Amino acid sequence: MSEKIAISVDDLTVAYNYKPVLWDIDLSIPEGVLMAIVGPNGAGKSTLIKSILDIIKPIAGSVKIFGKPYKKQHEHVAYVPQKGSVDWDFPTTALDVVMMGTYGSLGWIKRPGQKQKKAALEALEKVGMLEFKSRQISQLSGGQQQRIFLARALVQNSSIYLMDEPFQGVDATTEKAIINILKELRKAGKTVIVVHHDLQTVPEYFDWVTFLNVKKIATGPVKDIFNDDNLTKTYGINYKVSIQQ
Amino acid sequence: MTSAQIEIQLIASLVAIACAIPGTFLVLRKMAMISDAISHSILPGIVAGFFLTHDLNSPWLILLAAVTGIITVFLVEFIQKTGLVKEDTAIGLVFPALFSIGVIMIAKNANDVHLDVDAVLLGELAFAPFDRLEVNGTDLGPKSLWVIGCILLITVALLITFFKELKLSTFDKGLAATLGFSPVIMHYGLMATASVTTVGAFDAVGAILVVALMIAPPAMAYLLTTDLKKMLILSVIFGVIGAIAGYWVAHWLDASIAGSMTSVLGVLFLLVYLFAPGKGLISVLYRQKRQRVEVHLLTFLLHLQNHEEESERHVNHLNEHINWQKVRSKSVLDLALKNNMITIEDDIISLTKKGKSFTSEAIDYIITNKNAAIEEMKDRFFLFRG
Repeated sequence: MSEKIAISVDDLTVAYNYKPVLWDIDLSIPEGVLMAIVGPNGAGKSTLIKSILDIIKPIAGSVKIFGKPYKKQHEHVAYVPQKGSVDWDFPTTALDVVMMGTYGSLGWIKRPGQKQKKAALEALEKVGMLEFKSRQISQLSGGQQQRIFLARALVQNSSIYLMDEPFQGVDATTEKAIINILKELRKAGKTVIVVHHDLQTVPEYFDWVTFLNVKKIATGPVKDIFNDDNLTKTYGINYKVSIQQ
Repeated sequence: MTSAQIEIQLIASLVAIACAIPGTFLVLRKMAMISDAISHSILPGIVAGFFLTHDLNSPWLILLAAVTGIITVFLVEFIQKTGLVKEDTAIGLVFPALFSIGVIMIAKNANDVHLDVDAVLLGELAFAPFDRLEVNGTDLGPKSLWVIGCILLITVALLITFFKELKLSTFDKGLAATLGFSPVIMHYGLMATASVTTVGAFDAVGAILVVALMIAPPAMAYLLTTDLKKMLILSVIFGVIGAIAGYWVAHWLDASIAGSMTSVLGVLFLLVYLFAPGKGLISVLYRQKRQRVEVHLLTFLLHLQNHEEESERHVNHLNEHINWQKVRSKSVLDLALKNNMITIEDDIISLTKKGKSFTSEAIDYIITNKNAAIEEMKDRFFLFRG
């Protein structure tokens, strides 16, 4: 792991209708980590990701991607939104959704061609969905839809991947397949940040973790900070999970 | 056909095409009601524009009215953002307010304006050929043909140029934003196009029916295809069919052209809704019936698999054992026989090899819910689709 900082969040405060959902967050995420963001419902996990992506404007503070504002760096960042954020009845195919990942590098007006199609097919193959390329997206299962979203992020070939609950509503096989791809990304030196719900799997899947509940509770390597103390601080109840490190 | 008839049909068709294109995206964005709001609330813009220009086809009037359309969208979103009311309530608050201002403006100036509320609501397509564009004494055709032709040209050019961006921001606003395509720009761009088109179509079909042209053709196309480009093409085709068939229905009935066009679209939608393969009502009912039969088949096969004893497998005892009526037992039995899943010897039913493996396969799927196991079965078997 290099000492380069992929994402730095400084004094970030985000409010909906004057009610803070993220309060004075400071965060430095080193390049090349596979990091989970954990916290209870309403802790602001998705909001943090969306603030990093400049989708939500903070009322205070700033976010830098490799030292520069997001606007100048968007080609280095790939985003996997929550599966429920789109309408899967949209008239399009799996391949077409993955192709959308190439739009960022194309910019305005220019249309995707053979090169983009080839990249999309490769990404589909990586997530094991090549045989479904022509299928209408509503005809895919929840796990398959999640893989399509992952393929769409892979095709962007970015340095940073931000994922909002990629394991939600997927079967065990898909979860394993996804985590293997995430680990491969880390091996390739990418920074991967995942909003995660299943505390049991944190030590197995991730090497870095951020505890969040409106304020940042802790951030650091899983082996140093994933303990009952931080879990209790984050979830507000006396948390006793037996964690096998 | 007289040239006036041809001109009316041509104008109606162009209006239908120009409406179907933004309409497709409105339907996909679940914003159909916004087109209703725009079509009504541009009225004060049109009236104000008419006072200034004294020409219903002036580009200034169209721009002014389109701005009113954008203001409508903005107001709806503004009211919605207060969090005090929901979107449909906000729409219901904004457009009657703006529309009523237009109605009052017309009523107050009824004497010097040849604009009346009837024309505003229903359009006056039949009179379109009388208002002609003349340059140096040469007749270039009806003015409204030129107006809607220009609007259509701009709409098509925008669609081709920004197809990728429109598709992306309609499907996934979040991704569009992170890739550097401003969803706000796309949103207001679409709203501006819809507003301009509405103003252009307004003259021909009026405030109420322009909504039908924007929404009905894409709604039909949506039931028939799973491809955005095909959906656009089908919307355009349905729009044109509605326009031309509507004209002739009006001709035969001696009734309002706009009303007939909308009625034709309504009947077309009913037909598509009933007969569309896949999503249509009949297709859905047929599928549900098939699924019901297949669940029964599976229950029956499972029963055979679970029972070795002959008493449980006798044709005549099946009724009592699985508690089915005779007719159902017979249809399930026939289905199983037809698919070579069972054999009957001396009225005793046995599973064939195929029947056995099929049952195990199906049970395996139902228990594990694995997708890979079922892909191949899906084509043969309704039960596992969707």
